[in-house]
Amino acid sequence: MRDTDYNFAYLDEQTKRMIRRAILKGVAVPGYQVPFASREMPMPYGWGTGGVQVTAACLTPEDTLKVIDQGADDTTNAVSIRKFFEKTAEIAVTERTAEATIIQTRHRIPETPLTEAQILVYQVPMPEPLRFLEPSEVETRKMHALQDYGLMHVKLYEDIARHGEIATAYSYPVMVEDRYVMSPSPIPKFDNPRLVSAALQLFGAGREQRIYAVPPHTRVVSLDFEDHPFDPSKAPHPCALCGAEDSYLDEVITDDRGSRMFVCSDTDYCAGRRGEAA
Amino acid sequence: MTTQYLDGGFTDPARDAAHAFRAALQAMARPGRIETVAGVAPPAPCSTAAAALILTLCDTTTPLYLAPSHDTDSLRGWITFHSGAPFTGPEHAMFALGTWAALQPVTRFAPGTPEYPDRAATLIVEMAALAEDGATLSGPGIETISHLSLPEIAAFQANRRRFPLGFDTYLTCGDRLAGLPRSTRVEG
Repeated sequence: MRDTDYNFAYLDEQTKRMIRRAILKGVAVPGYQVPFASREMPMPYGWGTGGVQVTAACLTPEDTLKVIDQGADDTTNAVSIRKFFEKTAEIAVTERTAEATIIQTRHRIPETPLTEAQILVYQVPMPEPLRFLEPSEVETRKMHALQDYGLMHVKLYEDIARHGEIATAYSYPVMVEDRYVMSPSPIPKFDNPRLVSAALQLFGAGREQRIYAVPPHTRVVSLDFEDHPFDPSKAPHPCALCGAEDSYLDEVITDDRGSRMFVCSDTDYCAGRRGEAA
Repeated sequence: MTTQYLDGGFTDPARDAAHAFRAALQAMARPGRIETVAGVAPPAPCSTAAAALILTLCDTTTPLYLAPSHDTDSLRGWITFHSGAPFTGPEHAMFALGTWAALQPVTRFAPGTPEYPDRAATLIVEMAALAEDGATLSGPGIETISHLSLPEIAAFQANRRRFPLGFDTYLTCGDRLAGLPRSTRVEG
């Protein structure tokens, strides 16, 4: 007998089959958002219910799970989800990117390059990249069907006309395999080049009931113009803790007189560089 | 009462299906790579790999087509007992099981719609042999190129031309399976 009363990884088997079918269709049509019958989870929308359902459908008993929230392993959201799967799936967990076989993430891609043996699961609040331009699902679905993405290019052009550059800093839209415009979830645009990865990437949106995928080595191109090429910019500082100049940085306010420091958003990467146990 | 159908399912359904799904996922995400599954013992002529796919992915909500090569009473009984999947004709099938010859013509399987390309059939093709050589594959999931022994080239090229519409395929042989999503480009 096992000491948990939960089915393995919480979800019932019929739900997992439904999610698994959606994941496979997502993999077969990279960047296309597959509708799925998202379940109510024991956490509120916005806390990663989509990612949790995808992770639950993918977990095997031998997996080692890492969960990050904005790059950090130790925030409430990440700790809660890790505990949830420790309890319901009795799997091993880690904070080290290299040791994980499944990584669930909110709003970051780890700095350490991912391998073929890993699956990256994104929590997605708004899967439809066109939604803020066109509120109707009927219309956006038609736009994807017809590959009619002119509206998105007009939006990026208007950014340039108004601000002199494309002002989108996160959730920066990408073109997947020359077919679908996709939202990479609210990762900083700094992370966009890493969407081309050796790892399988799965995206789960619980409230919006969509699953989509980017298979390994799939062509993912950030939208831009020839005279305004995509620029994966970041804060022009080294990390104040580990000195890294190549990592994405968080700005941390340190007192009420305006002092601030820039530190790695990826806590495992930063701790690893400082030679600490993560 | 026939009891011959009751044996041969997953002994630990949640964990066995989790392992089988991971194999199916990796196979579909990396066309040309062969994965191994275990845990089921279906009646002939169904392979272990095909049966594991059916128990992992099919249930009462997924109409299944058994091609003439696999349309036997014992297999129907086994699938009904272990998955509950309703049997249907090829046009309405979400999943189809058979040899490549028996599944012909494959153009009758649902390719999805432009608005909902996910509403497409998944073919489970039983193979006499399966190896990582033969046709050259490229596309999503493949770094440069990979190779897979396909039953035919032209049908998969025609399927790719319909992208993002088209069926997705699993090739099964014994306890091994490989995936061929509609996104893969195939050359002879």
